[in-house]
Amino acid sequence: MSVVALASETPSLIDRAQRVAAIAARHADEVDREGRFPYEAVAAMKTEALLGIQVPPSHGGEGASLLDIANICATLGQACAASAMVFAMHHIKASSLVEHGEESAWHSGFMRDTVKHQYLLASATTEGGIGGNLRNSICAIEIDGPICRLTKDATVISYATEADAILITSRANKDAAPGDQVMTAFLRHQYTLEKTNDWDTLGMRGTCSEGFLFKGEAPAEQIFPKPFAEIAAQSMLATSHLLWSGVWYGIAADAVARAQSFVRAAARKAQGQVPPGASHLAEAVNLLQLVKSNLLTGLKTYEDARANPDKLSSMAFAIAMNNVKIASSETILEIIHRALMVCGILGYKNGTPYSLGRHLRDAHSARLMISNDRILGNTATMLLVQKPDLSLLG
Amino acid sequence: MNETIRAILRKLANLPVAVEDLTDDADLYAAGLSSFASVQVMLGIEESFDIEFPDNLLNRKSFASIQAIEATVRQIVKANEAA
Repeated sequence: MSVVALASETPSLIDRAQRVAAIAARHADEVDREGRFPYEAVAAMKTEALLGIQVPPSHGGEGASLLDIANICATLGQACAASAMVFAMHHIKASSLVEHGEESAWHSGFMRDTVKHQYLLASATTEGGIGGNLRNSICAIEIDGPICRLTKDATVISYATEADAILITSRANKDAAPGDQVMTAFLRHQYTLEKTNDWDTLGMRGTCSEGFLFKGEAPAEQIFPKPFAEIAAQSMLATSHLLWSGVWYGIAADAVARAQSFVRAAARKAQGQVPPGASHLAEAVNLLQLVKSNLLTGLKTYEDARANPDKLSSMAFAIAMNNVKIASSETILEIIHRALMVCGILGYKNGTPYSLGRHLRDAHSARLMISNDRILGNTATMLLVQKPDLSLLG
Repeated sequence: MNETIRAILRKLANLPVAVEDLTDDADLYAAGLSSFASVQVMLGIEESFDIEFPDNLLNRKSFASIQAIEATVRQIVKANEAA
């Protein structure tokens, strides 16, 4: 199957995304400068009904594939990386709901509501004291008859105060091991948030990934029926790496577009002479193609494995997804550096058509969102038993 | 085989619970088996039974319980004998 054939036949999806991107682009510099939530772009996502597209048509959605969604992430990423990342993080949570919620009546209803009300979903998987490993929890959910209660010292909940629901992990009960986790969906009126950490960062300033003390109480049926270990392995790992990479591809693609318009403007002035920075542009375009090929291969690997839980939880698949993340997060920095060499001082300065400061700062988050060191360590461990895939077509 | 697997788990699985307290069908991940430790267990089993896990068996299911590990090892030993 060709990769392109995986995209659904809805040309309107990308049209809608482009309208959102136009709004996001207008506010991108201000969102970055002030470190504020991209209200306008997210409101436009809701107006264009892009938050429920992943939900299957049987539950009121459009059944958009991960390729469709990654394509939207890349489109938004070219306009405003923070808006694109909010969209990606929402759809990573939506994928958990879509892939693992169908067997529960409450979660099926929640899927419908997400489409109907265009709910923005946030994630709370990190916690003070777990050392950044989201597959461990300290906090435990307390089940008291039909009610569940949870208090979590969440060191990061991106756009928590703007979300309509938070999907949050904890140990399955007070006696459970740190890795025996569940995920629970809490609706906005079912929790309180007490801010514990600010988000004043180098880049990705608009995701507002602040820390909170979360306290929630909800009907116990809102706990996902599947263990979080399975959710993490079968949907979160893949969708995180693939959709993040879509956003990062978008950042690099816009940097390349700026570099190219710089070179073309210089070439016009020089009347036929190839400007000195042009070879950097050629290298940047080459690297951008590598990122694109890598991401598309990853998306195809996911689509091929999607129907098969054994494949999704295999080491070969985890290594393939880890590799997509590592390669795209490292390579976009090289691409933007080369674009900066092309644009020179006009790229270094803010407020020019060739400014690349925001791109460079946003792109630096990529290697740190689940540190590449940690991911390489996991891959290295798996390679003690897993043979790497050496075939060209396999 | 069951006792050998349990001995490997005791040595390498780094579980917060005693291996003696686990039933054969107990979920090892729920008992606290980390992905790092599961690789150590796989290596221990490869060494101990002189086998190599084929890629299609390197998934969560093959190592979900003592019973599952036993079944996986038997399957590989049988395939090796047939070859």
